[in-house]
Amino acid sequence: MNDAVLLWSYLAQEPLLWLTTTLVAYTISDWAAGKAGRHALANPVLMAVILIALVLWVTSTPYATYFEGAQFVHFMLGPATVALALPLYDNLPKVKAALVPMIAALFAGSLTAIITALGIAKAMGITGETLMSLAPKSATAPVALGVSEAIGGQPTLTAVLVILTGISGAIIATPMLNALKITDWRARGFAVGVAAHGIGTAHAFRINSTAGAFSGIGMGLNAVLTALLAPLIARLFL
Amino acid sequence: MACAAQPRIWIAFRAKIGTDPHMIRAICILLLFQLAGESLSRGFDLFVPGPVIGLAALFIALLIFPKLAEVIRVAANGLLAHLSLLFVPAGVGVIAHLGTFGTNGIGLIVALIVSTALAILAAVLTFVLFARLMGQRHE
Repeated sequence: MNDAVLLWSYLAQEPLLWLTTTLVAYTISDWAAGKAGRHALANPVLMAVILIALVLWVTSTPYATYFEGAQFVHFMLGPATVALALPLYDNLPKVKAALVPMIAALFAGSLTAIITALGIAKAMGITGETLMSLAPKSATAPVALGVSEAIGGQPTLTAVLVILTGISGAIIATPMLNALKITDWRARGFAVGVAAHGIGTAHAFRINSTAGAFSGIGMGLNAVLTALLAPLIARLFL
Repeated sequence: MACAAQPRIWIAFRAKIGTDPHMIRAICILLLFQLAGESLSRGFDLFVPGPVIGLAALFIALLIFPKLAEVIRVAANGLLAHLSLLFVPAGVGVIAHLGTFGTNGIGLIVALIVSTALAILAAVLTFVLFARLMGQRHE
């Protein structure tokens, strides 16, 4: 008994345990998502997050301890973002042909994301710092945090809202676009990337490689546009 | 590439067992471009994140040196196929920080979900409309 406690207190502090937990939880969630026929609600990110949160809660492990191990996975987000250059390059002829629709869709999606988020939240009585934290929610996390700070939001809250936006977008997109009978993978991918950044892009890559490539472009372009537009639009809602 | 001197059958065998002869070089390339991107982003105080600048720079490099594509292909596609996994640690952070919602939880969640759905709609419909105006067929 005492030995087991000692072993646990050693393992619980080691990155190995939480890195392994992250990979195992994701493997189980991905397998379950496959079993569920890739149903929209069976989102592997969401399921893995809930699974790990339960483990952390049961073992009363602080997030900081968990992140010591999980940071190795988190770190790969940077190289993975750089790697998006390859599908962009592979789809170059398609991208060139879609330049005008992409720019139009970028403005429509980016403006809608910022204005409706602020409008709905304000109508529901949200004001001040909390409201400003919501403005850049569709941009990729590092941009959103910077924008939030610049317009008087709370970066920690923005980080939470950005992730939830990504997961919501990944869950909503497929059923909604199927219901609308949108069959253009370029349009589907691009829209998800603009509205739901990297998590939307991850989802798009699982469905169709063209959608994934266009989603990556949507994410990158909206990072830039949100940084320019959000501070201007946020002023109107102060 | 270095594998040019190797017998064809050996290359085919390695491809079959799934070894990526370029893996270390591929990771070097991705990290170097990220590093360059981070340096530019921080050095010039740009608002665009380092990895996004790295993405743009690697894209330009691919246009100039098309052979680069085959060096990074297996590693890049491997990373992108499991992009979802990479968001899990940050996602767990969301649960740890749900307290930051305070009393505004429901309002924030409603605004976030409705706004995200509307943004997808606006973007997808605009894309399809402009594609049709330009006389492009559906793919």
